[in-house]
Amino acid sequence: MTPLRSAAELEQFRAAIVSSREPPKPCIAVCAGAACHGMDSQRVADALEAEVARLGPAAGIELRVTGCHGYCAKGPNVVVNPTEVCYFEVRPEDASAIVASARDGTVVERLVYADPETGEKARHLSEVPFYKHQTRLLLGDNTRIDPMRIDDYLAVGGYAALSKALFEMTPEQVVDEIKRAHLRGRGGGGFPAGQKWETAKNAPGDERYVIVNAHEGEPGAFMDRAIFTGNPHKVLEGLIIGAYAIGSHQGYIYTRHDSPQLIKRIEHALAQAEAHGLLGQDILGSGFDFNVELHFDVGIFVSGESSALMRSIEGLPPEPRPKYIRTSVAGIRDKPSNLNNVETWANVAQIIERGADWYAGIGTEGSKGTKLVSLSGHVVNSGVVEVPMGTPLRRIVEDIGGGTAQGKPIKAVHFGGPMGGSIPARLIDARLDFDELAKLGAPIGAGGLLVMDEDTDMVEVARYFLEWLTQESCGKCVPCREGMWQTVRVLDNITKGKGRQGDIERLQDLNEVTSAACLCALGKTAADPLKSMLRYFRPEVEAQIARGEDRDDAAAGSTAR
Amino acid sequence: MDRALLDPILDKHRGKPGHLIHVLMQIQHENHWLPREVLLQVAEALGTPFSRVLRIATLYKTFSLTPKGRHEVQVCNGISCHLRGAKQLMAAVERATGVKAGETDANWRFSVQAGACLGTCSVGPELIVDGRHHVRMTPAEVEDILRQYP
Amino acid sequence: MNEVVVMQIDGKEVKASADMTVLQAARAAGIDVPTLCHHEKLEPFGACRLCMVELETRGRLSWVVSCLYPVAQGLVVRTRSERVDKIRKVILEELLAHAPNAPELVAMAKEYRADPNRFEMDPSFCVLCGLCVRYCAEIRGKHAVDFIERGAAREISFIPEIAATECWGCQECFALCPTSYAQAAYFLTEALAFPGRRKNGAATAG
Repeated sequence: MTPLRSAAELEQFRAAIVSSREPPKPCIAVCAGAACHGMDSQRVADALEAEVARLGPAAGIELRVTGCHGYCAKGPNVVVNPTEVCYFEVRPEDASAIVASARDGTVVERLVYADPETGEKARHLSEVPFYKHQTRLLLGDNTRIDPMRIDDYLAVGGYAALSKALFEMTPEQVVDEIKRAHLRGRGGGGFPAGQKWETAKNAPGDERYVIVNAHEGEPGAFMDRAIFTGNPHKVLEGLIIGAYAIGSHQGYIYTRHDSPQLIKRIEHALAQAEAHGLLGQDILGSGFDFNVELHFDVGIFVSGESSALMRSIEGLPPEPRPKYIRTSVAGIRDKPSNLNNVETWANVAQIIERGADWYAGIGTEGSKGTKLVSLSGHVVNSGVVEVPMGTPLRRIVEDIGGGTAQGKPIKAVHFGGPMGGSIPARLIDARLDFDELAKLGAPIGAGGLLVMDEDTDMVEVARYFLEWLTQESCGKCVPCREGMWQTVRVLDNITKGKGRQGDIERLQDLNEVTSAACLCALGKTAADPLKSMLRYFRPEVEAQIARGEDRDDAAAGSTAR
Repeated sequence: MDRALLDPILDKHRGKPGHLIHVLMQIQHENHWLPREVLLQVAEALGTPFSRVLRIATLYKTFSLTPKGRHEVQVCNGISCHLRGAKQLMAAVERATGVKAGETDANWRFSVQAGACLGTCSVGPELIVDGRHHVRMTPAEVEDILRQYP
Repeated sequence: MNEVVVMQIDGKEVKASADMTVLQAARAAGIDVPTLCHHEKLEPFGACRLCMVELETRGRLSWVVSCLYPVAQGLVVRTRSERVDKIRKVILEELLAHAPNAPELVAMAKEYRADPNRFEMDPSFCVLCGLCVRYCAEIRGKHAVDFIERGAAREISFIPEIAATECWGCQECFALCPTSYAQAAYFLTEALAFPGRRKNGAATAG
């Protein structure tokens, strides 16, 4: 493969790929996303491959192993393109039926979606309720792309935005476009990305860095892995555009060590991009150089915090720095470093390609674009969902999520994991919006939405998050380390029936000091889940203190009373 | 640890203290634990204080300073699995293996741990043995599953 | 840097050199701010949070650690306020749960009306101020003692391989420790890992 050295060469290369795929052959896309992979989708893929091979190339059927389709609860997932027929809970034994129907243009009725109440079938992706209510700008290509084949990404228009940025825009114009689009960080901070880019770009220094935060340590959040494993080039393209805009020649991807699939996809994507002249020296012949290094966290939540992450890249223990030393000014080795979340980077290419005005037309006044949400907990249709900002939570939880198992009433939904909060079911018409949800005490965070049914013990949930955080903080500062631990002690006593007078005041004092005095965001927001419980579920907390029942109910199936 | 496995790792990163995590990851992956003598050699090879190596080695859950059993058993401790009954699942695993989370049994068969959320929340609660996912687990299924791992 | 900034601390006009921290500026102006993990000879650590002060910027309040926060022209600082006092009180209560008799903590507790029995006791004595770790690393360059583990399980640990040859002849971190834990930790490590190394009060090699 000779590296591409001009915009024209890229387009010629793309045109050749596209024309070689005309007319489109039936293509069976098998999901190898985390949950489907965990459900042995590899055996389904192997069985389909064997069947396709048995029919031979003359039958004209293609097989593609893709990233996460999104409907994790119904996996292993298979989509037959180009008609987008969806099959769910596919087993290896179904291979011959699927391949035959792909060849004949028919549908395997027993494998399609059926409404749980009416039995009504939905054969195509656009008809399946889970997908129908989504706007899959980022995830949509996941059913069409094999993440190990850059050609697939090029075939759907990949890297056109990079070419446009390099040859038709100045770095300043790129920054400006991101600013005008009002792209806000998707990792939890919701900070305006364009502003951060501008700070990193203008900060004094001879070198500056761009970083992908692919740590995704928040329990219940799995959308970053879905997009990065399924479409690594989309994230990479955004990173290269950002590097060009900021003037960075060295990028870092920071991810977890425990997702071998993700690591393999990233490494392969980096190698393929470089081989095609889209990364490395003289990208597309533009004269712009940019290289990327891959680094790993080995198992602590705090290393997802941006300044701790940078210490980790330097080979030091992941202890955060206070926010008044802004990392966009002094980050890795004290050089300006622009860190953004995977999903934030994934948004960049479409903004450059279709324009800031188009992007800002989606969403609300304060929150633009679409958001990936990982839906889990007691919800029926657990998976990765993409909706425009401003979507009422009810649509996500009920129309897409299908409500709770056994139809139990919803008690609360929780956003933001251990750094977020729960809101009661009566507020479920609130909209997916950074500021609206933050005001309600349930900030979006990374976008992990947990649905909790009526049997959930809210005090126990708060206790869980705090205990989890006591094990995941670095332990440097007193209000985080001691404050959280003491809060857990109080909640432990409450849940074990040993609550005492003054517990609520003790909790409130601890919350106040933890929020005000901690060094980093982990500590500062650690009190938020408990604060939301006290705000919306205070009678439940007080009742537990007063009642003094034993909460250790090993016989029940969940955190039921 | 076998010198034939250790030496190439040390040689590749000699004099590069910033590579400490990469080095420990590789050793953990090859050897399944980090013996103290090996850590002393890592400190020397990379040119980093031994206290820093110990700090990093004890900081991360992935690293084990004691030998592990043949099979690493993890019960996911993410919030979604927790809501779906991970606590009861862990109790069943502890009963079936005879050890508590964080321990290894006397026959070096199982090392039990509470696992970090791997993002397969949709199919929880999960038991992950040697990296293999067992999804939508109930406590009653634990013994049969573990029997597959001699 | 010779540049001078003018700021306000507790209503008093204070001139400071532009490269100072708020803590340095306050102390130079004779205004006391309590600290625990701070030491002139060491890099500021920002862990105990006792030195937190209140800033007012355009009507909005914020709280920062004065040992790390740089001075700035026109900065408005309060070293005491309802929130600041609350922070110090609760932090002292959290630390007293580990070291109820530490003289520095007991003295500060009186000032901020901290109740040593407010929270559950865990008499581990170490308050993880890091003075011993940082002194050994930054001043002595020996790295004989360091932090291990994380979160609520974090502790200090003397490394026997190094402590056996370095500590007895030095002992300088013992006097820095606000709770006397460092000294106890060293002796425990010695007793367990290299007993008998000292004969007649002097360290012997090997």
